[in-house]
Amino acid sequence: MSGAGPNACAAPPVGADGILRERGQREVFCGLTGIIWLHRKIQDAFFLVVGSRTCAHLLQSAAGVMVFAEPRFGTAIIEEKDLAGLADANEELDRVVTRLLARRPDIRMLFLVGSCPSEVIKLDLSRAAQRLNQRFAPNCHVLNYSGSGIETTFTQGEDACLAALVPELPFSDARQLMVVGSLPDVVEDQFLRLFADLGIEKVVSLPARRAGAMPGVGPNTRYLLAQPFLAETGTALDKRGAVHLSALFPFGAEGTTAWLHAAAQAFGVSEDRFEMVTAPPRERARKALAAHRDKLAGKRIFFLPDSQLEVPLARFLAGELGMGLVEVGTPYLHKGHLIDELAALPPGTLISEGQDVEKQLDRVQASRPDLTVCGLGLANPLEKTGLSTKWAIELVFSPIHGYEQAGDLAELFARPLNRRDLLRV
Amino acid sequence: MQLTVWTYEGPPHVGAMRVATGMKGLHYVLHAPQGDTYADLLFTMIERRDHRPPVTYTTFQARDLGKDTAELFKTAAREAYDRFQPQAMIVGASCTAELIQDDPAGLAETMGLACPVIPLELPSYSRKENWGASETFYQLVRGLADKERRPPPAVGEAGPRRPRANILGPTALGFRHRDDVVEISRLLGQLGIDVNVVAPMGATPADLVRLGEADFNICLYPEIAAQACSWLERTFRQKTVKTVPIGVNATREFVSEVCQVAGVMMPGAVDQGRMGWWSRSVDSTYLTGKRVFIFGDATHAVAAARVASEELGFKVVGLGCYNREFAREIRAAAEKYGVDPLITDDYLVVEEAIEAAAPELVLGTQMERHIAKRLRLPCAVISAPVHVQDFPARYSPQMGFEGANVLFDTWVHPLVMGLEEHLLTMFREDFEFSDAAGPSHLGHASAAHAPVPAMAEAAAPAVAVAETAPATPQPGGWTDEALAELGKIPFFVRGKARRNTERYAAEHGVATITRETLYEAKAHYAR
Repeated sequence: MSGAGPNACAAPPVGADGILRERGQREVFCGLTGIIWLHRKIQDAFFLVVGSRTCAHLLQSAAGVMVFAEPRFGTAIIEEKDLAGLADANEELDRVVTRLLARRPDIRMLFLVGSCPSEVIKLDLSRAAQRLNQRFAPNCHVLNYSGSGIETTFTQGEDACLAALVPELPFSDARQLMVVGSLPDVVEDQFLRLFADLGIEKVVSLPARRAGAMPGVGPNTRYLLAQPFLAETGTALDKRGAVHLSALFPFGAEGTTAWLHAAAQAFGVSEDRFEMVTAPPRERARKALAAHRDKLAGKRIFFLPDSQLEVPLARFLAGELGMGLVEVGTPYLHKGHLIDELAALPPGTLISEGQDVEKQLDRVQASRPDLTVCGLGLANPLEKTGLSTKWAIELVFSPIHGYEQAGDLAELFARPLNRRDLLRV
Repeated sequence: MQLTVWTYEGPPHVGAMRVATGMKGLHYVLHAPQGDTYADLLFTMIERRDHRPPVTYTTFQARDLGKDTAELFKTAAREAYDRFQPQAMIVGASCTAELIQDDPAGLAETMGLACPVIPLELPSYSRKENWGASETFYQLVRGLADKERRPPPAVGEAGPRRPRANILGPTALGFRHRDDVVEISRLLGQLGIDVNVVAPMGATPADLVRLGEADFNICLYPEIAAQACSWLERTFRQKTVKTVPIGVNATREFVSEVCQVAGVMMPGAVDQGRMGWWSRSVDSTYLTGKRVFIFGDATHAVAAARVASEELGFKVVGLGCYNREFAREIRAAAEKYGVDPLITDDYLVVEEAIEAAAPELVLGTQMERHIAKRLRLPCAVISAPVHVQDFPARYSPQMGFEGANVLFDTWVHPLVMGLEEHLLTMFREDFEFSDAAGPSHLGHASAAHAPVPAMAEAAAPAVAVAETAPATPQPGGWTDEALAELGKIPFFVRGKARRNTERYAAEHGVATITRETLYEAKAHYAR
């Protein structure tokens, strides 16, 4: 926070499309962090990172506060001798996987997760996965994806994981709705109930909760993205003939309604029935949001890039809670998937893609927002300068989608402000 | 490749970050891919610091690799200098940057920055965090300490001056380093000794310049400061106090070594804390011979073994460390306690060793808490790596006499308390207090244990299983009645009893283990 004062930031250069693109130091997680929630979602899968001690250290720093009897992720740490020759590294990997599967015979799906070191030395994990798959099938299915920092940012790790799953899904000609993106179990169940009430007969989730229960896919599949960070997964599903249903993301009452509506239209649900099914929960969501509106309306919020959830969340906070948007930073902007979201943002909202963290922090200090959404590396240092923060990672780890969670989502942003007002210490 | 479930140490550049973040006025430019900034969280969250670590990362991405990543590094170094104006800079590479070989050291030297730049060579694929911290501190001391500086004359105009020492080794993210330094500084004060520089923690590069002005050095954490201390010894002829003052006896020895090196009189009476009396009081009698397994960094493990055996009356049944650089110290100590030294950084090997030793208490790191949970053993943390709960708000040194008080409370807490232990042994079928439920003073359905069974018959699973088992001998030659008898032994010694019985049966050619075999083995090993 030292260095340049508030005057140092001139108006940032904005592109012709109104979006500020910056390059520089990025204060973000790599895609490996996706493992922290994916290992809970797919309960019989194991995530084996092939990387360095840094990768192992990242994972345990993020997850190690939980005390595990049997963790469902680990790292094959590349050592000096592996760097000498690649053939050797493949043998080593086979040995490590064999030891792992002997220890954990209950594992049904093993992801070999690529890292920066494994990408830079060009260790071919996709071939390794094929080789190991032949050896361990049908008990354990071996897949691979990259969670490296040089290629993926935070939630893009989930995108890479699901995109690796898609080509492996069985073919299905069934007319079905697929909900894509790992959701907390309670939220997934709520959506399934709503779709059932709307009369959509077959609804499947990607990922499923078990490795053996992954859904089929085909040209009669219509898919809704539950998360905004699924660019590659969307492309992979398109290749399998599935059709994307464009919508707002299901945050808040309006977002959830629009999201459900996209499915209802695609499956020929009548407007009357849609209204009948969604009116009561929509009303509940509005009521829950009203409780937080007093606290949040008129407050100015600044999003630093983290998860790609920033644009939809900013739309929700501005549209349904009346917050002012100072800057909405995102690590990556998929204009296709966010087309509805971008249209629903207040006109003139400053969106930034990418990051030069020192300059962005200068802008934070110059604008002194009421609330700054940022990573944990920045949160406490910003708090120390008197700025209230909301740590962004929690938004990935909490049930925030859908009608019943709309109030909880607002509360996540109201809580730091409430706490600031409450404390006398 | 090494299959790693948990790693005891981070990569060496995290060691360098611990030195840089501990210090003030020093900046670290780290050539690293996007994502390696996770390390900031270690300091802002685990240690709860209120400022960003003084580290600038180049955070290159895949698209940069085809281009000039060296230029990216130079830009980052230039901007970091301009923005932070540090007194000195360290530059280096993380594991991925090491592979692309941009040579940050060479690049920074050619940039002509207006402050000392100390290049770090930290081999990420063969060395680890502690080595990285030690090497970084050594390079900083070597690069910055002014070789002309010497202590002021022993007698000045105002009369004889007090001896002065450097306290070396404490860093950011060190296990209880914050409070250890307070405790040891206070102890030195009581002995009439001043502190010249504490480093790296709290020191600036300018402070390192005047290291030579101390009469001697105190090497508080050899993992980090031993290398620097031996260089200072060679360069300034400063002696090094090497006793690590963890535990009452070690602290006494530390006091005597400090007094000797400093040339001051041993004080008649120093407040030695409450630990000695607590341990001698009859409430602690049941602690005698408790089997304890100890694992951590070598310094803390060796110190803990001494406290456990001399000051608490435990029996050390396993001793090991994860840092090979200090294997010799562990071997020497293990020999003293008659156990095999365990020198490994493989979590799974440690788990096997603990399982085999069947201890009643595990003293270890955050990683041993995972093992202890799986094996359902009481556990206390004595060494890094640790998580956020071991950076407490309260004063919690490990060193000195107050440190010994803290150790007593911390280590005894997870054990079943005396009365409960007796009653568990006498009455095996209580629906509320049982092996499965764990110690009641830790609160019930505690995280370390299985859910409390609703019915009395489920409360002693070992017995229940044995009594409904078929009449044929169980694996290992156990008969049903012998297994049932085994189930009546309290859980914290049951593993040991099982292994002893099986060993006895094997050695004496007993094919079927009966109730009698169990008691014969008990008598046999009682000798």
